[in-house]
Amino acid sequence: MATASTTQERAAELNVLARKQRSLWGDALYRLMRNRAAVGGLIVIAAAFLVAIFAPQLAPYDPIAIPQNPSTQMEPVWTGSKYVDSRYLLGTDFLGRDIISRLIYASRISMVVGFIPTFIVFALGVTVGMSAGFFGGWLDQLLMRFTDIIYAFPDFLFLLIIVASFRNSPFGKIMDGLMLIFVAIAIVGWVGVARLTRGQVLALKEREFVEAARSVGASSGRIMSKHLLPNALAPLIVTAAFAVPSAILGEATLSFLGVGIIPPTPSWGQMINEGFPLFSSNPWAVLMPGICISVVMLAFTFVGDGLRDALDPRMKT
Amino acid sequence: MCDCVAVYTSKTVLKYTIRRLLLMIPTLFFVSLITFGLAKAAPGSPFDKNPDKPARQATIDRWNAYYGLDKPVHEQYIQYMGNVLKFDFGTSVRRNRPVSEIIASGFPITAQLGMQALLLALAVALPLGVISALKQNTMIDYGSLFFATVGTTIPSFVMAIFFIYIFGLGLKLFPITGWGTPQHMVMPTVILALGAAAFLARITRASMLEAIRQDYVRTARSKGLREQVVIVGHVLKNAMIPVATVVGPAAAGLITGSFIIETFFSVPGIGREYVTSILALDYPVIMATTLLYAFFIIVANLSVDLVYGMLDPRIKVAK
Repeated sequence: MATASTTQERAAELNVLARKQRSLWGDALYRLMRNRAAVGGLIVIAAAFLVAIFAPQLAPYDPIAIPQNPSTQMEPVWTGSKYVDSRYLLGTDFLGRDIISRLIYASRISMVVGFIPTFIVFALGVTVGMSAGFFGGWLDQLLMRFTDIIYAFPDFLFLLIIVASFRNSPFGKIMDGLMLIFVAIAIVGWVGVARLTRGQVLALKEREFVEAARSVGASSGRIMSKHLLPNALAPLIVTAAFAVPSAILGEATLSFLGVGIIPPTPSWGQMINEGFPLFSSNPWAVLMPGICISVVMLAFTFVGDGLRDALDPRMKT
Repeated sequence: MCDCVAVYTSKTVLKYTIRRLLLMIPTLFFVSLITFGLAKAAPGSPFDKNPDKPARQATIDRWNAYYGLDKPVHEQYIQYMGNVLKFDFGTSVRRNRPVSEIIASGFPITAQLGMQALLLALAVALPLGVISALKQNTMIDYGSLFFATVGTTIPSFVMAIFFIYIFGLGLKLFPITGWGTPQHMVMPTVILALGAAAFLARITRASMLEAIRQDYVRTARSKGLREQVVIVGHVLKNAMIPVATVVGPAAAGLITGSFIIETFFSVPGIGREYVTSILALDYPVIMATTLLYAFFIIVANLSVDLVYGMLDPRIKVAK
């Protein structure tokens, strides 16, 4: 109890300002909040979440149903062409569906696909990587050989092969193909996280505090969860922050190639795929989802950069 | 004396290279196994692609027998790998052409696109990274950092859309799709290069900033060397070492990027061939191209490790 007040008193005596004490994590949060780009990114991500949650309230039209008498594809109101309808601010797609409504509903896919696979990847990767690094032996050997093989595959190729192979199976139809994308991203991604965790654990387990914990009789499970994990957390958080946009990118690219989300459910990548054949006659049906992807990806990157700088100032690149 | 050391070193490097090359065999073997397994696990066959006009069962059976697809999967795999060892990569199911022919016609195009993009990326990234490090925290620096962030973040196919809109549809400077004339090559090359350029510029800047703060740079300045000599002879020389090591991963990124860009711009390279063969379950093409790509990635990684050892005398090859 005395420490803080003594520090204050000593500071008053010496007529200097005492700095408020902060924990390591509090310090990191403070640094993150002072990073304007990261805060801007967080605001954009929060807004995207709200849009995704309240999509039914926000969307003016049904994103999927094709209107009764689909007229020609409408262009956005500001283009001033004769194919403009004030009811559709951003125009309509090739089937006459309102583009704003489809963009709003598509945000749901991107938000979900960013976070759920990342969660699976980390649960699996951290568990395996930690066990391999801590216990060594055959598990470690197996993991290292396995990562060598996976690293020879370019990530996106592997993702594409898995998705293309199973998209016609019953599993590929669950949740409009979303389930398959979750699993595929998790299969491709967990190895990198396992390898990173392993490296961290290998370095940490030789340190004195682990030896100290062991000498007072802490179990392996306790050492892993109470000593190794918290110390390995900073680089893992940064990796997770970048895993989210790369998962969003994966879904968008698969859908753009026509093997991602099954139509008519809208996703930004898929809207680009559908609109592209008519790009020259109505570019905005393609540009708008492109802008949405870009803004969300930039927001996540700014947050990731901010987290990296905040958690470890030395890791700056 | 000096010769002895050199012989000893090159021998070690040679041994290391051979060991790494041998390790490539099991890796490629497993890559082929995984790819084959996944391609075979796929429901459907390459012959039922047109749902409106399903082929008769007898016809499908005949095709299956012709391509050896009626045998058990493990037999197919063994037969396939046996042929691969004889450099026979089979026949494309979709196009009924030898796979080696497809690769021979597509590979030069992909290689050209990739090399152009890599050279462009280096030509843009190195000066940009160096200048922004020398003018740290100026508008030039912020501008190039912004370029680096945007370039690494925005997906290539989205970037391609923006480029087509501005330069293809708006200004009508370049044709939108196709390949062959120099005008056709501009947009695919630029967009493919963009991601790599942004990545390399970021590394160059960081590496320059690191080198500028070193003691030997202070020493060089304090003994009165001209600023140009300090920058070129001391800073730049050392700053390029980390940059050289990421050229490999950047090249691997270009390889992956080429699938999307070739598909987008209808460039007849193996990247587009690969995407279409995966979508059509044309497994002989999938297998051959996957192995080819895996081979290049392994070689890229190996050459980076070797170049690193050559550039930086502090790095010793293990064992």
